[in-house]
Amino acid sequence: MHDANASRASKSFTTLTASAVLVNPVGLHARPSVKLTQCAKSFAATIEIALDADGPWTDAKSPVKVMRVKAPQGAMLYFRVTGLDGEAALAAVLALVHDGFGEASSSD
Amino acid sequence: MSNSESGNVGIVIVSHSAKIAEGAADMVRQMVGNAVPLAWTGGDPEGGLGTNVAGILKAIEIAWSSAGVAILVDLGGAETNSEMAVEMLAEDRRGRVVICNAPVVEGAVIAATESSGGSSLSAVQRSAEEFYA
Repeated sequence: MHDANASRASKSFTTLTASAVLVNPVGLHARPSVKLTQCAKSFAATIEIALDADGPWTDAKSPVKVMRVKAPQGAMLYFRVTGLDGEAALAAVLALVHDGFGEASSSD
Repeated sequence: MSNSESGNVGIVIVSHSAKIAEGAADMVRQMVGNAVPLAWTGGDPEGGLGTNVAGILKAIEIAWSSAGVAILVDLGGAETNSEMAVEMLAEDRRGRVVICNAPVVEGAVIAATESSGGSSLSAVQRSAEEFYA
C-alpha cells in the first residue's frame, strides 16, 4: 500500500515523500524502531517520518525519537526524504515497512 | 559475554543484578544484532547483588573498540564503580570510555543502535542520553 508518487519541491535536492501503512502487529515499537533507524542511518539523505502528511516530522535516524512517535499497527506512516541517495533511501524504508520489519517471518 | 571485532563503539552494561545485565545484553543482541562489541557485568563476586570494579574492567576489555566504549549503568554503586574502573584503565584508553546518563536497558539498546550505524562515541552517548533530554 504505497503512495510512492514523489512530490517535487526543493532546489538542491528533490524532497521525496511517500507513505505506507504499518502492517506488523506491534506497530513502530522498539524492535521495528531500531530496524528503521539502522536502515535510515545507512543513507546520507535526511529521512523523516510523521503520522500526518503535514507533520510534525521526526528524524528517522534517531531511535529515541522514532520510538516516541508510538505509531501503532494500521497507522499510515509518512516519509520525507531529501538527499543525493534519497530515492534509494525511500525505497529501502518503504520496503522495510511493507515487509512488517521482518516480524512476520523469522525473528532475528 | 560476547564480542565482534568491528570499528563500532563497544557497549558495556553494568547492573547490580547479573540477570538484568544479561537480559539487557540479550535485548541488544536480538534487537540490534552482532555488529557491536558488547559485554555485561552484574552482581558482586560472591554472586549477590552489587557491582565490582574487576568485573567492570573485564567487561570493558571484552567490549573494547578503537572507537571507544560506552558504559550503561543502573544505580549509584554501578556508576561509582564504573568511574573507578575507568580511572584504572591505561591512559590511552581512559579518554575513550564514557558513562552514559541513561536508563540501563533502554540506553543500552539505543547506544548499540547508534553504534551499529558506525557513529562516534560522542554520538552514541548523546543518543542514549536523549532519554533524559
